[in-house]
Amino acid sequence: MIINTIIYYFREAATSLIRNAWLTVASMGTIIISLLILGSSVLLVLNVRQIASDLESSLEITVFLEDGLEQDRLDELREEIKFVPGVTVVNFVAKEQALEDLEESFGDKAELLSGLEDNNPLPNSYTVKTREANLVPEAARELEKLEGVEQVRYGQGVVEKLLALTHWVRIWGSLALLVLGVAAVLLIATTIRMSVFARRREIGIMKMLGATNIFVRMPFMLEGMIIGLTGGLVAVLIINFGYLSLLNKVMLALPFIQLVDDPGNIYLVLGSLLGAGFVIGTLGSTISLRRFLRV
Amino acid sequence: MIQLYNVSKKYPNKVQALNDITLNIQKGEFVFLVGPSGAGKSTLTKLICREELPSRGQVIVNGRSLLRMKNREVPYLRRKIGMVYQDFRLIPNKTVFENIAFALEIIGASHKEIKQVVPAVLRMVGMETKINMLPAQLSGGEQQRTAVARAIVNNPVLILADEPTGNLDPDTSWELMKLFMDINRRGTTILMSTHAWDIVDNMKKRVIQLDNGVIVRDEEGGVYSHDH
Ligand SMILES: Nc1ncnc2c1ncn2[C@@H]1O[C@H](COP(=O)(O)OP(=O)(O)O)[C@@H](O)[C@H]1O
Ligand SMILES: [Mg+2]
Repeated sequence: MIINTIIYYFREAATSLIRNAWLTVASMGTIIISLLILGSSVLLVLNVRQIASDLESSLEITVFLEDGLEQDRLDELREEIKFVPGVTVVNFVAKEQALEDLEESFGDKAELLSGLEDNNPLPNSYTVKTREANLVPEAARELEKLEGVEQVRYGQGVVEKLLALTHWVRIWGSLALLVLGVAAVLLIATTIRMSVFARRREIGIMKMLGATNIFVRMPFMLEGMIIGLTGGLVAVLIINFGYLSLLNKVMLALPFIQLVDDPGNIYLVLGSLLGAGFVIGTLGSTISLRRFLRV
Repeated sequence: MIQLYNVSKKYPNKVQALNDITLNIQKGEFVFLVGPSGAGKSTLTKLICREELPSRGQVIVNGRSLLRMKNREVPYLRRKIGMVYQDFRLIPNKTVFENIAFALEIIGASHKEIKQVVPAVLRMVGMETKINMLPAQLSGGEQQRTAVARAIVNNPVLILADEPTGNLDPDTSWELMKLFMDINRRGTTILMSTHAWDIVDNMKKRVIQLDNGVIVRDEEGGVYSHDH
């Protein structure tokens, strides 16, 4: 009966897992660490992307102009700025406007600025927006070269740093994942190999009695799958609770930063981790059985 | 039941274990396979259950050519053959009952069927009182009777026994032979390789003698050897 057979598969797999307890723990541990790295890299990249795109919409370049430019030159400059790659919106801010904005931001303490109207030290400026945040640094460099431009300022390198971070997270994350993933697969393969070795007499008897290949192999396949899934589950739980508490802390401490918190995205990441655990486990068993259990 | 046509077997290490064997064993026969160690008896047995493939020639078992048989069909061939070996091949951490139940579990028998069939077959081999014992708690003869019970529990058409009395004392050996005769009387074909000349001489069955991979004698009602 199918149900008996399934119970048999699980019982045999459990026996092997317990018999090789140390290897089981080692392979599960490797899977957990690989998946923790995978999960946190993915979440980090997702969050940095989200933060970067939030910044992107608020990020503008301020191009301070030299004093005493003619209206003709100002108009020309506007056209030249529009011509810089990536630039989408250009707005002129006259020095008077700039002072008003400054006073507004000072609020009650605006009187500190009184007297400046007569001798306004602030320059005229253009505020410039780009199509995407990662175009800001390059556009800024181009804008600096234009004639009549005194200084160019933007997000103090935040965008560059953020984008460089995702870049490195991706590279090192992938590398660590690759190494650990291979280690996990090999450890599982070794675990299964030990199980096959411990049962080689029994396997011979099973074949003599007319057991099908599936029947002989299934407990070992299951063993790898259980290691993979259990490792995946532990990693998922750690990441889930870890990330939830991070979300809470960030919400309290840095309310202006909006992290990825929609359940859909988070469950997708967690589900993929579980899937990855399963795949690693299955792969390990398959490799081992191909090599050590020719039936 | 078993037909071999010009069968030769050369192992990868170049040992020629069998050389141009042709033989025909009918359904219901009881056949002894004799000959010195290294003559090729075990190899012949392995060809019949397709543990090995011949280097040349045809092997036909129960009407099927084993050369043409696909790998995935082999388990179903083995379910029609009961195998008994000198070293019993019981699973040490399973009881007598569980060892036999295992043969049924493998082929997908139900719990109910197992509960019915296992005690019946153990009664047949006289092991009904030892049903919950482990192999290590049994004598050699009892272990071998358990192995025979396992071999016949699926109602095979053929029993292949490779020196089944090799580890048994003479009295126990005779008990086992009585069991085999019972099984044979029910129509099951038996091919048994052996060194037990007194058994062969007394039973007056067909004897096939191998030497150096060739059949040197094949006679009905034969004796172990004409040399003594
Ligand atoms: N798997 C094997 N690989 C290589 N040589 C083998 C193998 N099995 C048996 N032989 C050789 O084949 C010959 C016949 O062996 P076997 O069939 O076991 O004889 P018997 O059972 O009559 O003692 C012997 O020379 C033995 O060494
Ligand atoms: Mg032999």
